[in-house]
Amino acid sequence: MNQESWLTAEVPGPKKASLITKPEIADAMIRRASRPVFVVGSIASEIDLEEKKLIDYVIRLARQFQIRVIATGSTNTAFLARDFTPDAVMPAVDAGFRLADPAWQGVDGNGPHDLAIFVGLPYQMGFTILSGLKHFAPSLKTISLDNVYQPNARWSFSNISIKNWIINLEAIIGNKEEE
Amino acid sequence: MGTKEINISIKELETELGQIKDLRMSVGRLAQETWDEPQGPTPFPSLTTLRNWDLTLLNRYRPFYLPLCDLCCLCTYGKCDLTGDRKGACGISMPGQQSRIVLLAACIGAATHMNHAREMVTHLVHTYGDEKKLDPGGLSIKVEAPITRLVCGMKPETLGDLEAVLDYAEQQIGALLACTHTGQEGNPLDLESKVFHTGMIDHLSMEVADIAQVSAYDLPKADPDAPLVEIGYGSIDTTKPVILVIGHNVVPSVGIMDYMQDHDLTGELEVAGICCTGIDMTRYSARAKIVGPISWQIRYIRSGIPDIIVVDEQCIRTDVFDEARVQQIPVIATSEKNCLGLPDRTGDPVDDIIDEFTRGTLEGALILDPEKVGEIAVRTATINAPKKRKKKKAKLTLKEGMEEAKKCTQCRECRRACPNDLHIPDALKLFARGDSAMLAGVYDACVGCIRCEQACSEDIDIHSLITLTAEERLEHESYKLRSGRGAIQDIEIRQVGGPIVLGEIPGIVAFVGCANYPSGGEDLAEMAMEFANRRFIICTSGCAAMTIGMYRDADGKSPYELYPGNFEAGGIVNVGSCVSNSHIAGAAIKIASIFARRNLRGNYEEIADYVHNRVGAVGVAWGAMSQKAAAIAAGFWRLGIPVIVGPHGTKYRRMLLGRADRDEDWYVTDARTNERIYVGPVPEHLFISVETKEEAMVMIAKLSMRPNDTSRGRALKLTHYIDLHRRLLGSMPADIHRFVRMEADIPITMKEDIVAILKEKDWKETVIPDPTLIRKKEVVS
Ligand code: SF4
Ligand code: SF4
Ligand code: SF4
Repeated sequence: MNQESWLTAEVPGPKKASLITKPEIADAMIRRASRPVFVVGSIASEIDLEEKKLIDYVIRLARQFQIRVIATGSTNTAFLARDFTPDAVMPAVDAGFRLADPAWQGVDGNGPHDLAIFVGLPYQMGFTILSGLKHFAPSLKTISLDNVYQPNARWSFSNISIKNWIINLEAIIGNKEEE
Repeated sequence: MGTKEINISIKELETELGQIKDLRMSVGRLAQETWDEPQGPTPFPSLTTLRNWDLTLLNRYRPFYLPLCDLCCLCTYGKCDLTGDRKGACGISMPGQQSRIVLLAACIGAATHMNHAREMVTHLVHTYGDEKKLDPGGLSIKVEAPITRLVCGMKPETLGDLEAVLDYAEQQIGALLACTHTGQEGNPLDLESKVFHTGMIDHLSMEVADIAQVSAYDLPKADPDAPLVEIGYGSIDTTKPVILVIGHNVVPSVGIMDYMQDHDLTGELEVAGICCTGIDMTRYSARAKIVGPISWQIRYIRSGIPDIIVVDEQCIRTDVFDEARVQQIPVIATSEKNCLGLPDRTGDPVDDIIDEFTRGTLEGALILDPEKVGEIAVRTATINAPKKRKKKKAKLTLKEGMEEAKKCTQCRECRRACPNDLHIPDALKLFARGDSAMLAGVYDACVGCIRCEQACSEDIDIHSLITLTAEERLEHESYKLRSGRGAIQDIEIRQVGGPIVLGEIPGIVAFVGCANYPSGGEDLAEMAMEFANRRFIICTSGCAAMTIGMYRDADGKSPYELYPGNFEAGGIVNVGSCVSNSHIAGAAIKIASIFARRNLRGNYEEIADYVHNRVGAVGVAWGAMSQKAAAIAAGFWRLGIPVIVGPHGTKYRRMLLGRADRDEDWYVTDARTNERIYVGPVPEHLFISVETKEEAMVMIAKLSMRPNDTSRGRALKLTHYIDLHRRLLGSMPADIHRFVRMEADIPITMKEDIVAILKEKDWKETVIPDPTLIRKKEVVS
């Protein structure tokens, strides 16, 4: 697979995301981060990953890796319905803006986040906000965990099938479990 | 300062256009003879006159840039890679480049309204004379042109006076555009200030265009009971000849309707409009109809229903002629700005053109005379309609559509081209098997761009298949829209001014802008009704106004039948077309002048400061896509009025965001004591894109709070905010403590919960100041 935007007109570059070709890459990045945060968009509760929704994977990841969670759009409702309380509820651009500020002490006030994991935003919104971070938050690492290529993240999956996506997400979660 | 500038502009205009006029004298005469309000500090502001005000706002609402591309390719020094902190060959940085693009977009938008106004005024002066009196609201309106008074410090009385306003606007837009040249302004905040200036000029231009047309064409004059007109694909009587008009400048359509009137043909033909010309036609004659917003162009042309298509300017698909040709529908272009490559037949005899159109030897023509357009359109449609009905191509049947769908290879290129990422391949797969429900569902969220078709290697007419499966619904698209009423009456302002400023009417929400909705238009009607039920004042215009109308409740009533058209709590007020947006800004400005008796004349900063701190107005451009929408938003920003856009809005490339967590950003000066007082993040943002309608509704409620709210008003606004947050986002908001200033602000019904939160957050009581962001000179020094 290659580094082609999911929406074909959103032509990337020259600086574009490296591919997460195997789950170990994402896993290592999350593990190395000391203050990771999830930015979870509204589509996360709509996308079916076989019998589960994307948001269910987000919750498992967040719990296992102790990742802080920002719910954007109306995703908070879907989290609460699953007995999971996000650390913050705010618009995605507000989250992006704060992440671009090195002085921001994070959703919990404990210091700047060093890794932002984006998932479930409308494609172009993810594209533009990650672009803002790519340009204006040089010390923040970003990953997109959607199954589409997000060129403005630091790391992203390629455009992969749902099946492949599930395998990857399970593998990331599994790796952690093995520790 | 302003007077000096208008002199300069006159000299340039004399050489360029050959007009000989001494406008300085004209402006001076007006000012002295008919208006005793003293001139304020900033009449005809230049590019930098209001820079301090802009920087005050920008210091609180900082730009967050969202580059669409890493490169700049504006000049042949480039392309330049501006990634990270790299600079271009000209020295510009990425933030500078992004704000430069924002400025360019705003200039395009403002130039469009300004030139629309210029063409309108020139035509009307030619027809009615420059002494024709302006009359936008009969006896109900004394402040006839609030934006012109505020910005220019002049009180226009005749059509001719509006030309002076446009002279100023043209000079400013020329200068603003010049700022975007390589090696010119590169500081992002200075560029942003110029964006605000552009927005202000845009609002001025819109006001000129609308009060000119309302006055000369006798459109509804600030009339809350403007007629209910018909809107929707199915509302057009296809047994009659149909003239389809697309665009924004109503002049040629007036030519059509006048010709029909003069020849006793009214009612014999259908005149149907798409986009703002549609709205303005119904303001001229309630018998005109509207097909729908901009996104209905392809589906209506492809229906083959129109017997002739007349296009004027703005937001017209540039392939309209190609599409019409396939259906053998003749096209008349009527604007110098949009010639469509057609031969200029303005000077030819009408009979010759009609003859060629009806014989099919002429497919399209540029005709720059609105009266001729009227005659040709009406006569051609009348002759062509029966012939066309006779040889009408049999429509694609569902069965044929399914066969077509079988060609799909499931390559997904259509979906990857679709701006809304719609699940076209899946829907086509089902359709090919005989199940059309999913494809019909795609119709709801489809914005009619046909990017999917452009991408399809199998040449499937995807959009046509979508409309085919939704045909039954299309034919039932027949609703009522309250035609554009124009301005808000002075008396209405007097009645609601107090409750708004004190916060007891929770806010004014303006649903405006284009139809680039993320998931269909029904969201807009739902939002409008939610806030009307909450006793906000709802204003709307243009495509947004149409979309709100294209909704029916269980009893078949549209929002315009369910809610009054008055500028009052619970009203849904359609002001009119895009240029009528000026009346929404005008209403906010009039609250300051009529209700609060602040001087308007050339007094921009004080009035904007008033509006920002006291008038809980919020703009919502849910489907904003055009450069005009960018300019309109910018005009609201300079008045300190926040604007919310839908998810596509991040592609405008920058947001203006407040930081609720930075207490130091939220101080105002108490005008009574000169003390600095923390007022909380109200309003929290100036320009923000949100993801879902639920998030939008919560944001509207939040952004309606102002420092000046009384405790009663704040409690009411908090009730709406908390209630919506709970209902739509599932929890109590985490920032309530920032909006409660004293115990009396706490909504009684939620007291227990909120007091507990305040305790937890270590909340401290503060006072309600007489808020201003303008620091007096002695305070600064
Ligand atoms: S305008 Fe500046 S940044 Fe853009 S291409 Fe030219 S030199 Fe490069
Ligand atoms: S026409 Fe409709 S389905 Fe096709 S790309 Fe545009 S929005 Fe998507
Ligand atoms: S682009 Fe054409 S062939 Fe490919 S999935 Fe879409 S409709 Fe089918």
